[in-house]
Amino acid sequence: MSKDISIKNGANLALTGVASKEIKIAKDSSTVAIYPDDFFSLIPRMIVREGDRLKLGDPIFYDKNDEKIVIVSPASGIIKSIDRGEKRKILKVVIDVDGDEKVRHEINETLTKEKILSLLLASGSWPYIRQRPYNIIARTDKMPKAIFVSTHSTAPYDVDYDFLIKERLNDFQKGINVMSKIIGKPVTLTSSANKESIFSNINNVDIININGKHPSGNVSFQINKINPINMGEVIWVINPEDIANIGSFFNTGNFNPTRTVAVSGSSVKNPKYYKSQIGGKISSILSESDISNYKGNRYINGDPLTGNKVDFDGYIGYYNNIFSVIEEGNQYRMFGWLPFKDNHIPSFSRTSFSWLFSKNKKFNTNLNGEERAIVVTGEMEKFFPMDIYPMQLLKACMMQDIEKMEQLGIYEVIPEDFGLIDYSNTSKIEAQEIIKDGIQLMLKEVG
Amino acid sequence: MSFIRKNLDKIKKPFEKGGKLEKFYPAFDAFETFLFVPNHTTKSGAHIRDAVDLKRTMVTVIIALIPALIYGIYNTGYQYFIQSGLDFTFLDAFLHGSYKILPMIAVSYAVGLAIEFGFAVYRGHQVNEGYLVTGLLIPMIMPVDMPLWMLAISVIFAVLIGKEAFGGTGMNILNPALTARAFAFFAYPTYMSGDKVWVSEASNIDGISGETILGALAGGQNIDYSSVQMFWGSIPGSIAETSTLFVLIGAVMLLYTGVASWRIMLGSLIGASFVGFLFNLWGANELMSFEWYNHLIVGGFAFGIVFMATDPVSAAQTQRGKWIYGLLIGALCILIRVFNPAYPEGVMLAILLMNVFAPTIDHYVIQSNINKRRKRWEKIKIQTV
Repeated sequence: MSKDISIKNGANLALTGVASKEIKIAKDSSTVAIYPDDFFSLIPRMIVREGDRLKLGDPIFYDKNDEKIVIVSPASGIIKSIDRGEKRKILKVVIDVDGDEKVRHEINETLTKEKILSLLLASGSWPYIRQRPYNIIARTDKMPKAIFVSTHSTAPYDVDYDFLIKERLNDFQKGINVMSKIIGKPVTLTSSANKESIFSNINNVDIININGKHPSGNVSFQINKINPINMGEVIWVINPEDIANIGSFFNTGNFNPTRTVAVSGSSVKNPKYYKSQIGGKISSILSESDISNYKGNRYINGDPLTGNKVDFDGYIGYYNNIFSVIEEGNQYRMFGWLPFKDNHIPSFSRTSFSWLFSKNKKFNTNLNGEERAIVVTGEMEKFFPMDIYPMQLLKACMMQDIEKMEQLGIYEVIPEDFGLIDYSNTSKIEAQEIIKDGIQLMLKEVG
Repeated sequence: MSFIRKNLDKIKKPFEKGGKLEKFYPAFDAFETFLFVPNHTTKSGAHIRDAVDLKRTMVTVIIALIPALIYGIYNTGYQYFIQSGLDFTFLDAFLHGSYKILPMIAVSYAVGLAIEFGFAVYRGHQVNEGYLVTGLLIPMIMPVDMPLWMLAISVIFAVLIGKEAFGGTGMNILNPALTARAFAFFAYPTYMSGDKVWVSEASNIDGISGETILGALAGGQNIDYSSVQMFWGSIPGSIAETSTLFVLIGAVMLLYTGVASWRIMLGSLIGASFVGFLFNLWGANELMSFEWYNHLIVGGFAFGIVFMATDPVSAAQTQRGKWIYGLLIGALCILIRVFNPAYPEGVMLAILLMNVFAPTIDHYVIQSNINKRRKRWEKIKIQTV
């Protein structure tokens, strides 16, 4: 069963340095690490201490908000360090990789819903499931009304999931099967319209073909069109590769931390895909010789609109299938504010002739201006194809007006949906930060 | 460039944190960012940003104003020489206009920016670019013979009461430039209306009758200007409002760049045409039977809807709200013109009135969105119970 929907409005950012369709196996990491910040609003409580020996799949910490949720080690080895920042906040947990021991779980042939749920939790595969509202790891006390898996990706340096999952269709099907068992109905699988897809032969799914520019690949916009979230409802969202990882767990009994990343960016000499793992060292997928001017770049776990900045000697994030490298833009531009000047800098605005220039553009991290009061109106709606007023919602979040936020649709959005607004708005408003704070407030006050 | 940059970095030292002049950093920053787009990189949120910023947007509006301003300068001289019967060349007219108008622009910017800088230093925030546009708009919509001190007081009132009292750029309810004009209009009525203020030096020279078209109509007189003259703008009026043609050139720039809302402009046009047309059908007096299309090209209507009604801060902010806001401005403008002979020009009051109602319009538009969502929630609740 499949149907087509169109998501109007939005725009694709064509950046130079898209990964070519070629997968390389990453070098082995000597250390791996987990960043607790990858899990929105999770408060880590450590189970292990420095020096402890772990197998792959042994728990490292649990979530204070929901103690059943554990994050497990993506490799076997010894805890090297637990790095803390201000107020003893845990920044990352680093593990020295050693040996190849894995925690094995018995998987019976007859999988009931309860059995599946408890295995997901015990194996550490549960954090692959994130829930809407809020984009947090799925709470264990509330079952979803639907499960969404999106293979339609539109973010800059978007990943081709057909290419990425091609070799793992068996695991993917298994993952879909167990998930659909949990909700007792097919999983909602979205894919790009007008494209032959390997996913059309997957069973236990409702396939919905999406037609649209960025941000139609963001699941929030798809949910809003297909099965909108209401107050009190929950929807689970799982990345395609994580569905395969979950499937792999149910096929083998071992937690699978595979993470394939499209190493992309204008500064990368030969951008391509690397098969690595969660928490793998960045130097295992990129060496200094692979990038031009490696000190003058920004390294991002994720795409340039929504990713997290990371140091070159850092680690791959928990969820991202994209790793971007773009030039830092810390230079001055004389009279750069004049309209129609500096047309090499990409712009959606018609105050620049950048649209005349080559289609694939080079971006850097310059703010291209300074933060100002919100003056221009109507520009955010162009990049927000949802029946929600983005500017008014942002203002409600800034005022911490919970009732207004609720009324204006805070349950239906997550920070990444405002990535394009961050990028395009004239006043350089940090929309994603504002929404993030707003959601934190909702979690604290409403739960 | 690097020479200027180096020197600027040297001068910058005392203004930076811990320096002697730290307090005046916002003022220095305003000059620095005028010369250079800063080297700031993204700290949070999206790592890449569009080239557009508020400076660029505001400067686009200024560029769009220039054709109307230049014609306004010329027309000031033209009206003066025509009415006084002297021989003149294009240059004479232009020089006379410049002599009158450039000091007004200088006073407007000097006074307004001084207040803006003062507030920026006092509040410790950056100088916003909003006044760059307001400062040019204010002299452009005043009568040419307005004394400079009056202009200065109007500017002070507009910036202090109209804008800073509400929290500065982006927070004001009323369009600051129109606030200045409305202040002058009610505080110094003899300098703002009548038949002696619209032509340069009219009050000093006998025999000049510089009545505006709308003023003449309101007084029950006939007018002897053709539609072409009205469209071209060789008529008496506030400095830069007379030429529909040059205002339209600005409008094209604003619409092409997307800086101004086409919904507001088109809405106003439709509203005014419709109400004007209705009055034509009625036709009880001179003003009512004044052709609806002529209403669109006389007075400040074109200038008002292109440059003032579209001010995004004081206009409605939702797409649907912009339509309603525009339609009502157009309709109200003609209503005021026709029904209230004391205010022959209705566009200023129409826009100010709708500025006040814009948040209400938005409120209802947004409320309908909220209700739609709530209905969806309630439907689910009923199903699950």
